[in-house]
Amino acid sequence: MANTISIILLILLGLSLVYVLVRTLKGNPIGRRIVFLYVAIAAAIPLFMDLEVPLPITTDVRNLYDALEKLPDGSKVMAAFDYDPPSAPELQPMAVAFMKYAFKRDFKIIIMGLWPQGPIQANMAIDEAMQDPEIAAKNLQYGVDYVNLGFQSGNEFVIQSMGTAFKTMFPKDYRTTPYDSIPLMRNIVNFSNIDFVMNFSSGEPGTIQWVQIAVDRFGSVLGAGNTAVQAPQVYPYLRAGQMVGLLGGMSGAAEFEKITAEKGKASTFILSQMIAHAIVIILILIGNVAYFSEKRKKK
Amino acid sequence: MSLILARKEKRSSMDIGMFFAALLTLGIFSFLYKDNPVYKVCEAIFVGVSAGFWAITYFFDNIHKKFWLGVFPQEGDSPDYWLWGGAILGFLMLLRISNKIGWIARWPLSFIVGATAGLYMMLYFVSNALNQVADTMMPIVAYASDNSVLWLDTFGNFIVVLGVVTGLIYFFFSKEHKGLFGTGAQVGTWFLMITFGASFGYTVMSRMSLLIGRLDFLFGDWLGLF
Repeated sequence: MANTISIILLILLGLSLVYVLVRTLKGNPIGRRIVFLYVAIAAAIPLFMDLEVPLPITTDVRNLYDALEKLPDGSKVMAAFDYDPPSAPELQPMAVAFMKYAFKRDFKIIIMGLWPQGPIQANMAIDEAMQDPEIAAKNLQYGVDYVNLGFQSGNEFVIQSMGTAFKTMFPKDYRTTPYDSIPLMRNIVNFSNIDFVMNFSSGEPGTIQWVQIAVDRFGSVLGAGNTAVQAPQVYPYLRAGQMVGLLGGMSGAAEFEKITAEKGKASTFILSQMIAHAIVIILILIGNVAYFSEKRKKK
Repeated sequence: MSLILARKEKRSSMDIGMFFAALLTLGIFSFLYKDNPVYKVCEAIFVGVSAGFWAITYFFDNIHKKFWLGVFPQEGDSPDYWLWGGAILGFLMLLRISNKIGWIARWPLSFIVGATAGLYMMLYFVSNALNQVADTMMPIVAYASDNSVLWLDTFGNFIVVLGVVTGLIYFFFSKEHKGLFGTGAQVGTWFLMITFGASFGYTVMSRMSLLIGRLDFLFGDWLGLF
């Protein structure tokens, strides 16, 4: 029922754009507030729908998934959360899907953050992942199966020091447990004891610093999930083979959810994004029509 | 019915906070209509809360957890006296507020600049220069294992090489951009424009995601409509 009503509303929205085009051609363009309203409606309506979006898996996402698949069960994986709530719509679905996948593979997860809110976002992702019956049944233990080392200030210098010893930067974890008292960390000294590093980043310090230090200096294997704003800056490193894969923005999150079969919010959000983008493109075309028709009239 | 009750139960624990968050979201959105006092209040609250959060986080994570517990360990660990060095430099930074001895703050600042420059000199040279340049030194024609030509990969390699060369020509200012050289610079400009366009497209995508996130909060978490 919700799907039918939503589709009807979207058709009406599309038809109204024809009216906007006619209006524009008559020299009576719509105001910017109406444009905002169109975008808001286009983004909101699909949230009520439950439609499967055809979403091809891109090479960057597949490469990341393949790299994770190659890891043996029980591998030690570091998850660096370098973002804050404003970037959560894009990065949190990636983080939740990653946590679910990692817990199901019995990876030992070491969480940290170069942003203060990062470890909090990580805890939220863990809480959501733990609601999965398959993961809940595993009865995972904090400190044994996963640990949150918390936030450490110092930006790239934190990664640099971790190359020598994690303990220097994280003498205590998020819960103020001493490093040596955490069972999971007993045999982990530095990056050489970590099988894979996954970074969720929305800026700096973030993926670029992880590439420059953890990968190029200490030889870590890195995969990343980035906001769409940051992704273009990271692609050169991906192309050069300094990273194994990249989840870029909402589409990257949705693809990762699809390939790991961990359907989450990104799978819903991507429909909103597709329709909102379509509306934006149509409005840009209408704007161009208005521009050129105005130009022709002046001639 | 049970679904509605479950949803209400889930929301009840955070109703006041969620209501306040929703009001703030709507207050920020009100700017789309026009600048107004409600928007100003919401903006000020956001700035104030962010500053407070950062201050508290830095105090407890650095001064308390790292420094205080490091130099005065509680569980029989040996104290880390090196932390005093950082603490003293941090204190010296605060001297900027003094007119008479504010100049001392330049010492810790010099330390930060020197250390950062030293670290980045090598990092950028390896990651952003050597590795990136090495990636562009590729055979233009790509072959499969059976020696057949991979046309799509070859086209991609050609575009990379063409983009790098023409981009470099565009930024070469010691020769006037005329003739063949000028054409190369022109092609370089197209590559730059396409790059900026792709970057802008990604930015729009990102901003749209933020809007979707807020709409999801308003209709889903707050109003419980889905």
